Amino acid sequence: MSKDNGRSKAYTICSWVILIILAFLFIFPLYWIITGALKTQAAINSPTPQWWPGEFTLRNFQTLFSKRSAPLFQFKIPFLPLMVTGPIVPAAIRWLVNTVFMAVVAMVLTCVTAAMAGYALAKKRFIGRTLLFSLIVAAMALPKQVILIPLIREMSALGLYDNIWAVIFPTVGWPFGVFLMKQFSESIPGEMLEAARIDGAGEMRTFTQIVVPMIKPGIGALAIFTFINSWNDYFMQLIMLTSSSNLTISLGIATMQAENSTDYGLIMAGATLAAVPIIVVFLIFQKYFTKGITMGAVKG
Amino acid sequence: MRQTMSPELRRRETISGYLFLLPSLVFFIGFVVIPMVMCVATSFTDANMNSNEVDHFVGLANYIELWQDPVFLKALVNTIIIVVVSVPVVTVFSLWVASAIHKMKEAPLSFFRVVFYLPVVTGSVAVTVVWKWMYNNYYGIFNYLLKGVGLIEKNINWLGDPRYALGCIIIILLTTSVGQPIVLYVSALSNVDQTLIEAAEVDGATNFQTFWRIKWPQIMPTTLYILVITTINSFQCFALIQLLTSGGPNYATETVMYYIYYTAFKLFRFGYGNAMGVILAIFIAVLSAVQFRLAREK
Repeated sequence: MSKDNGRSKAYTICSWVILIILAFLFIFPLYWIITGALKTQAAINSPTPQWWPGEFTLRNFQTLFSKRSAPLFQFKIPFLPLMVTGPIVPAAIRWLVNTVFMAVVAMVLTCVTAAMAGYALAKKRFIGRTLLFSLIVAAMALPKQVILIPLIREMSALGLYDNIWAVIFPTVGWPFGVFLMKQFSESIPGEMLEAARIDGAGEMRTFTQIVVPMIKPGIGALAIFTFINSWNDYFMQLIMLTSSSNLTISLGIATMQAENSTDYGLIMAGATLAAVPIIVVFLIFQKYFTKGITMGAVKG
Repeated sequence: MRQTMSPELRRRETISGYLFLLPSLVFFIGFVVIPMVMCVATSFTDANMNSNEVDHFVGLANYIELWQDPVFLKALVNTIIIVVVSVPVVTVFSLWVASAIHKMKEAPLSFFRVVFYLPVVTGSVAVTVVWKWMYNNYYGIFNYLLKGVGLIEKNINWLGDPRYALGCIIIILLTTSVGQPIVLYVSALSNVDQTLIEAAEVDGATNFQTFWRIKWPQIMPTTLYILVITTINSFQCFALIQLLTSGGPNYATETVMYYIYYTAFKLFRFGYGNAMGVILAIFIAVLSAVQFRLAREK
């Protein structure tokens, strides 16, 4: 504390001021989206911006929900010519349903497969382990978007093009999760696994009773990380999904933007619908999220 | 203990290891490795988007054409500009923010971490459409504010002017790129060995000296990781371009990633697009390797 002379105090105050200004600038776009969604057409199209909406209106949301409609869900029963279809709702609601479905399924599949694979890579001494791990690390360093163009042809060959599973599967295959889970599994003491084996516990039991509880924080981090990333993976959604009822919320907003590029009120209402749910999820789980980012980088 | 593994145990470990890996490998091989191989393989053919037609082997024709394609070369230059500007700015900016906040109490620290991460979580589409509005020629706040303070006299069509469009895109890219590096630097800085810093302070080292001599070498691995991920992200800049300018005006914002998309989806030249993908991957690999080498030497 004795080193706290005038100069470093001034520096501290300065950096606080700058940080607060920066924080304001980083929050502003979000503020502008949400207030924009609630402004009247006249307020939006005026050359003088209204910093706070003079008059609140829900008209933009009404327009958004009246634009198009789609069934709430469609579910085809495999091998049968049966299709279960939900009630007709505004397309934007269907897009949200699609997005939540996609993000949740991708998250669950990623966590299950990555936890198992990460544990095996960290704790099993099997032939080909080093080679496999190097392949995973090398794949991670490659630009993810480059493989998506070839994926389109693969998906059409599999009959999955314009299907939400075409977005889910590559997300699950991306090796970051395995890498992250390996990092977490390294900390499991080998003696515990040894003891379980001596006690006669089977592989699956050892995994669910000992390994999973120990890497729970890691699974939490991976879950939230996958959820947010797949929600926002616009490029993949763009190239894989085409028909109006299969879109995700981001993709739907982008399509609307292309069609009504000057109706900013409507577009901001859509952007609010796309951004607010995921921001709420992020705020609730941000501790896990931070941990996931940090752990994934340990050996980068 | 491990060295004395019996062949029987080793066999069991191998079988169970692969069983645990199996579900993950199915997805990894099916949807990452196979497309990678396909990307390279089709780059030597005249493949189009129709998977029923037979692809003809054309050798290096796609790669030769690339270097004579003025749009690709322009896209490459733009992409390199984006990388060269954004990587150092993101790194320095996030290091500064992280050093300013990492000693704060939990509440303000979380607050700032969340705030700087917000543009990433908001999602590229929502972020892009709001910036498009802010940049708008008539009702955008930038023209209003800059006219208000007297910096410009009449409205500028920010995204429609080849002189400004790329700069405008880079600004948005920067706000969506600093979130992760800040989180990483905060964690790296709080892991720096405190005893060394205290010892240096007792010896009368200035803040600058402590940073440069003690903290900087210890956070080097983090810096390296940040350099690599920021490079990869900047190379892949796509959503901003597709939603804001479609590469225009006059190719001023054309990037390699956008041109790959354009070639595959608008020109239906699948093989040609994949050749670009291979070149992009090579560029990123070389650049990451160079960054590693440089950082190691220091």
